Amino acid sequence: MTETSAIVILIAAILTNNILLTNFLGMCSFVACSGQIRTAVGLGIAVTFVLTMTTAINYAVYYGILISAEEAAELGRAAPLLSTDITHLSFIVFIAVIAAFVQLVEMFVERFSPRLYFALGIFLPLITVNCAILGASLFMVIRGYNFAQSVGFGFGAGVGWALAIILMAGLRQKMNYSNIPEPFRGVPIAMIVTCVIAMAFMGFAGMVAIQ
Amino acid sequence: MVYLWSVLSFGSLTTALAALLMVAERYLVSYGICKLDINAGEKPLEVEGGRTLLSTLYENEIFIPSACGGKGTCGHCKITVTSGGGPVLPTETPYLSRKEIRSNVRLACQVKIREDIYVRIPEELLNIRMFASTVESVSELTHDIKEIRLRLDEPAELSHRPGQYVQIQAPSSNEPVFRAYSISSPVYEPNKVELVVKLVPGGVASTYLHSLKTGDTVHFTGPYGEFRLNEDPSVEIVCVGGGCGMAPMKNIIYTIYDKWPDRSCWLFFGCRTTDDIFYLERFEELAKKHPNFHVVYALSEQLGPDERWEGETGFIHLSVDKYLETGVKRQAFLCGPPPMIEAVTRVLDEKGIPSDDIFYDEF
Repeated sequence: MTETSAIVILIAAILTNNILLTNFLGMCSFVACSGQIRTAVGLGIAVTFVLTMTTAINYAVYYGILISAEEAAELGRAAPLLSTDITHLSFIVFIAVIAAFVQLVEMFVERFSPRLYFALGIFLPLITVNCAILGASLFMVIRGYNFAQSVGFGFGAGVGWALAIILMAGLRQKMNYSNIPEPFRGVPIAMIVTCVIAMAFMGFAGMVAIQ
Repeated sequence: MVYLWSVLSFGSLTTALAALLMVAERYLVSYGICKLDINAGEKPLEVEGGRTLLSTLYENEIFIPSACGGKGTCGHCKITVTSGGGPVLPTETPYLSRKEIRSNVRLACQVKIREDIYVRIPEELLNIRMFASTVESVSELTHDIKEIRLRLDEPAELSHRPGQYVQIQAPSSNEPVFRAYSISSPVYEPNKVELVVKLVPGGVASTYLHSLKTGDTVHFTGPYGEFRLNEDPSVEIVCVGGGCGMAPMKNIIYTIYDKWPDRSCWLFFGCRTTDDIFYLERFEELAKKHPNFHVVYALSEQLGPDERWEGETGFIHLSVDKYLETGVKRQAFLCGPPPMIEAVTRVLDEKGIPSDDIFYDEF
């Protein structure tokens, strides 16, 4: 399994194992922020950036500090900084890293693109609790990726999430002009459309498979 | 061992992240010097960008009223931003009418200075000043309400209208916070400011005010508030308060009887139990001196076994309904919790007081 190249994992994370469409992580901001393509693109880029960076940092933190020496040896990795096993901290540490990174991204966006900052509004700081981001870090550990694979996976998951929300935003913009039966307007039709997109993405399933 | 390592490694990791953020904040959040123009060139200022309009104006000694202290919950700090304020934020829209949004009214506490900014501030607000004062006396009115008298030091006098309020500066862990308190001392004591403060559990300002002792220094800004007392002595004044909403009434009543000894005035005050009653004796004394002054206190809760009360019972709007006749020209001032204000406004409306003549402080 560790033989899978980072590129394959990247493509798989975008298409066959899209974190949003197959694992249904990060649904809240996906539904809430997909009204306009412009906002969706901005949020997609922000999520991709945060995902890539946090998987890389969390990789370093997990295998550099949290894991025990024996386990590292068993997995054939370099000895960690601390020999004690403190992997029980992984959730809280991952979240702390993510929170700090989101703050940083928020400052960047506010400084260099106030327009995007206002468009994203509350959803920018809420990336912190976007489950896709914590999910990617946890998948990285569960699936035993090496560093290149982790970064590829993080980036791929981000691109996949961005792709899904941009598709969704495009469809919702079109749907503004269509005559939807009244009970389906708003969130219900968004859910149905999400299902259809997810089913369409299942068409990629035979291409590559990652666990 | 594992606990030690857990604490140590998590602690150092969070410290490293915090340090990174502080460095980033230093370089990213500075916007350099921006121009702040007030009333089209009347008072041009050069200010450090990156902070809110409210706090920047405050630093330049322009005190915009704000009861919540910049949290965006009171909606008092409305000023006109003609350009450079950015789009209206979702945190502002609940407090702005469509007309206000069209005429560029913004909440100063939500607007961040990012570029040169042009604002319009009413002349009256530019006259608000910062006062330094000394605590002259502190007395306990009830188990959780204190009366605090302040003697003004610098400037030595504050001229205000009854019903206006000041903003007390309370120290807190990072920045000082401001909270609004009505002036309860009458206007003929210009070198004094008296406050009636109820201790709110966990409240920054009320905890601070309750901890004050005689001789302590207190800073505040003021006066704020739009209320104008009707100067026609034939108009009856109706004051309705509840809980600790007494301060503005006391000011209004004493000011009235200083100026017009025969003017007609009603004070209705709602309490829960006999423990919450205060100032009743002094108002009864005042009523003896001025026969046109009527005091009604009402208790809303059931009397305890050892309590004695001969006055009104039930919520205060019932007493208002009972005592006031219709068809008298009146001006009303209400102060208390929102449900009380709502109930009393309905009663006063039935009594024929137009809504323009009903003023209130909600808290």
